Amino acid sequence: MEESQLLPNLFRTEYRKIVSVLCYLFGIENIEIAEDITSDTFLAATELWSVKGIPENPTAWLYTVAKNKTKNYLKRDTLFEQKIAVEVKHNANKSEEIEIDLSNKNIFDSQLAMIFTVCDPINSAEAQIALALNILCGFGIQEIADGFLTNKEVIYKRINRAKEKLKEANVKIEQPSNSEINNRLENVLTTLYLLFSEGYYSTSQNTILRKDVCAEAMRLTFLLIENPSTNLPPVNALLSLMCFHSSRFDARTNSDGETVLYQNQDETLWNQELIEKGTYFLGKASTGNTLTKYHLEAGIAYWHTQKEDSAQKWENILQLYNQLLILEYSPIAALNRTFALAKTNGKQTAIIEAEKLQLTDNHFYYSLLGNLYTDIDNKKALEHFEKALQLASSVSDKNIIKQNIGILKI
Amino acid sequence: MNEFVLIFRRDYITKETQPSPQELQDSLKLWQDWLGGIAAQDKLAKPLQRWDGEGKIVKSNKSVINGPYAEIKEAIGGLIMIKAADYDEAVSIANGCPILELGGNVEIRMAVTGA
Repeated sequence: MEESQLLPNLFRTEYRKIVSVLCYLFGIENIEIAEDITSDTFLAATELWSVKGIPENPTAWLYTVAKNKTKNYLKRDTLFEQKIAVEVKHNANKSEEIEIDLSNKNIFDSQLAMIFTVCDPINSAEAQIALALNILCGFGIQEIADGFLTNKEVIYKRINRAKEKLKEANVKIEQPSNSEINNRLENVLTTLYLLFSEGYYSTSQNTILRKDVCAEAMRLTFLLIENPSTNLPPVNALLSLMCFHSSRFDARTNSDGETVLYQNQDETLWNQELIEKGTYFLGKASTGNTLTKYHLEAGIAYWHTQKEDSAQKWENILQLYNQLLILEYSPIAALNRTFALAKTNGKQTAIIEAEKLQLTDNHFYYSLLGNLYTDIDNKKALEHFEKALQLASSVSDKNIIKQNIGILKI
Repeated sequence: MNEFVLIFRRDYITKETQPSPQELQDSLKLWQDWLGGIAAQDKLAKPLQRWDGEGKIVKSNKSVINGPYAEIKEAIGGLIMIKAADYDEAVSIANGCPILELGGNVEIRMAVTGA
């Protein structure tokens, strides 16, 4: 690895571990102290390594420095010593010296506990995602701002408010008990799903950053799978869904950064390894008797990995969308369901069903109608595409609609 | 928007009018597509509920009979709760119900709210 890349990479992988371990030890009310100590550790590394060179084992060096800084902090800060350290010591089996345990096991436990804290529904979904990116994934404020297409100030405030809310509610950082998992896991999965979508569907042009966000969402989901009590069918279904989606990451944008629609994608660019992993986790998800939207969406994504059109493929996709909508309505699922209906029951049937949807503020609605009317009534198709063009806001959406209009006019 | 209950009834007894296994198989897709179509318009008012096919009836003399009911030819096959503006819209949704293809009928009742 290039030396210049070493520290940023270590920052990404180790910052979140050290912060989680310290938060787990100190509690949410001292999250800033945990962050300060961790940041100081990396600052020390930046200063020292540039003069003395990189130590033999950089990770171990970081852990040792983080431990020492924590101990020094505890000695120095009398208030902390009196109020918090007493409690921490109490929790740490009353040992004389506070142990800062940076073993793999404790890093894992700390991260797991932190996932449940960060994904607490006391914060809005938006705030949970920003906090997750910052604390669980080690992204800087600037990177998060780029991902959300906003400025640092906004993200900074959002993250601080989220921390304050967790403190006010005195949310515990602890291993969720088995009885709690069922209640709390749903919120965690929702946030991880949104985190992944943030990376996958973001209109940010920064492809590397978006891929990183997706990879992080998958890493956190995998963490839940590695822990026996959270290794449940819905978690496996979610990871399966993420694998199938990311398998098309390289195929869905061209070299100019424009979106390539599914039917025009070069399937040799689909990542077979991820497709196999997705199939593996879908198998793991297919136990028990709960059917979640993640199962259904993973099923839909599975059928999309079969490039060839077949009656069986689209009939399965249609029925999965029917079930998904019955479970939980969303406009995009309604539109996709109608697209699948056109493939199975013909365009005429689909047009009747599409016109019932009346999603008249959604440009995808008019694009769908444009598609359905193409070759049936091209004049109507054109009208719908033009309406879609008026409503679309992103450049890449507008380009796709223009392509469709172009095809009609030939 | 108002809420309506749609109750599906048909004759499950008379041998001659029972659908063939193939017809029943085919009607499965019709049901799924019909329900999916209602859900796609966000017009399901309550989650779907499956009901046991047999059931019991308590008669006026307090005697209990087990289903399927020899004495009452038409039995409830199921019911759903939907959202619709008025009876006209509820009727047009019910028009697509596959039970009609099997000789059954749909009873529609609007939920009464308020005093």
